[in-house]
Amino acid sequence: MIAALRAILARDLTLAFRVGGGGGIGVVFFLAVVTIVPFAVGPELPLLARIGPAVLWIGALLASLLGLDRIFAADHEDGNLDLLLMAPVPLELIAAMKGAAHWITTGLPLVVAAPLLGLLLGLEPKALAAVTATLLVGTPALTFLGLIGAALAVALPRGGLLVAVLVLPLTIPILIFGVAATTAAVTGLVPFGTPFRLLAALSLVGLVLGPVAAAAAIRVIRD
Amino acid sequence: MALLDLANPHRFLAFARALVPALALIAAVLLVLGLVLGFRAPPDYQQGETVRIMFIHVPAAWIALGAYTLMAISALGTLVWRHPLADVSAKAAAPIGAAFSLICLLTGALWGRPTWGTYWVWDARLTSVLVLFLVYLGILALWRAIEDPGQAARAVAILTLVGFVNVPIVKFSVDWWNTLHQPASVFRIGGPTIHPVLLTPLLVTAAGFAALFLALHLGAMRNEILRRRVRALRMLAAAGAEAR
Repeated sequence: MIAALRAILARDLTLAFRVGGGGGIGVVFFLAVVTIVPFAVGPELPLLARIGPAVLWIGALLASLLGLDRIFAADHEDGNLDLLLMAPVPLELIAAMKGAAHWITTGLPLVVAAPLLGLLLGLEPKALAAVTATLLVGTPALTFLGLIGAALAVALPRGGLLVAVLVLPLTIPILIFGVAATTAAVTGLVPFGTPFRLLAALSLVGLVLGPVAAAAAIRVIRD
Repeated sequence: MALLDLANPHRFLAFARALVPALALIAAVLLVLGLVLGFRAPPDYQQGETVRIMFIHVPAAWIALGAYTLMAISALGTLVWRHPLADVSAKAAAPIGAAFSLICLLTGALWGRPTWGTYWVWDARLTSVLVLFLVYLGILALWRAIEDPGQAARAVAILTLVGFVNVPIVKFSVDWWNTLHQPASVFRIGGPTIHPVLLTPLLVTAAGFAALFLALHLGAMRNEILRRRVRALRMLAAAGAEAR
């Protein structure tokens, strides 16, 4: 079973980085979102440094919603999903593996790119470290909650916008605690650990709830 | 068991036909009575005349939460018990619940302007109700996105259950966070903190809104059943035309 799960992970990663896979586009989108902000609010570095963590979080949130709808829809279209449904491996674990592959190709690059983009926004080293740490802990929650939306939209020809509409309201707590932890680290008025641990808790809850709900959604939609 | 008897859509239609006018009448009487009592009540010593907005705002909020809870129970009915009318009930409740949360948000904004000096603040209670409204809109969008009613119902049921986490957040947001919005003053340990002269019209309008919701919900369920029959007949007719 471990070998099967590893094969699914390897397959999704390979597909993401081959032609037409779309792995890495998320980072480019992240860069584009962060780049347009100074044009909208003006290029004053003190202001950008103040709103920078929030901008990075919003950019990461939007970038990780990108491509969510393809997690299961591509497999649905070429018939792979039927094979996965018949496989002796529990669908929950398959969904978790696909979520992990999506996080590695979308979430992790965002975390790596965040310090670099933070420099563009004039963030201090402390804020850079904090926003990178919160993104590292928080983006799995975004991906695994998004997994539910991806599963619900599995049979839809154009599910992209719908997935974003379904998932965005549920991601608000992640955004709140992510930005709160970063602000806490910068201002030092409240301890960094409290919102950071809540963020970690949200990720752990998402890690459990996401694959289970996604597998349930795929089963009930396709029976 | 009554709920099991109503699983037959035919019997349900007869039941709804009898009940909808009665509930609508009860709603009209209670709402008129509640509003008359509400307008005859003395103005609040702090809020002045604007306190009367509460008689619409608070029941609308209760119904918005109640409708979501009903949808979540219906979602369980769809997924677990496979009750044939559960998905009809969930589908009928969604637009009504969305409308009541919008009423709650709008009346709250109108009340907030003279009382707090602003139409909107990003406080936990207001934000969580806005999220509730967004979840309602997402559910409506998902209903419209999937063509087959059975498939749509099962997908929406999962989304409804996931979105239910927001309902306790709305309810307890005023206790968990320091909000500008006042804490619960009717359903609380130690009894209501509102004076009876204001509490009575509130409870009467709340009962009226509940009756109105039930009338609208049963009516919408009846419409949905009929709509599905029309769909089935049309598909039969189309299949017949193809065969010939």
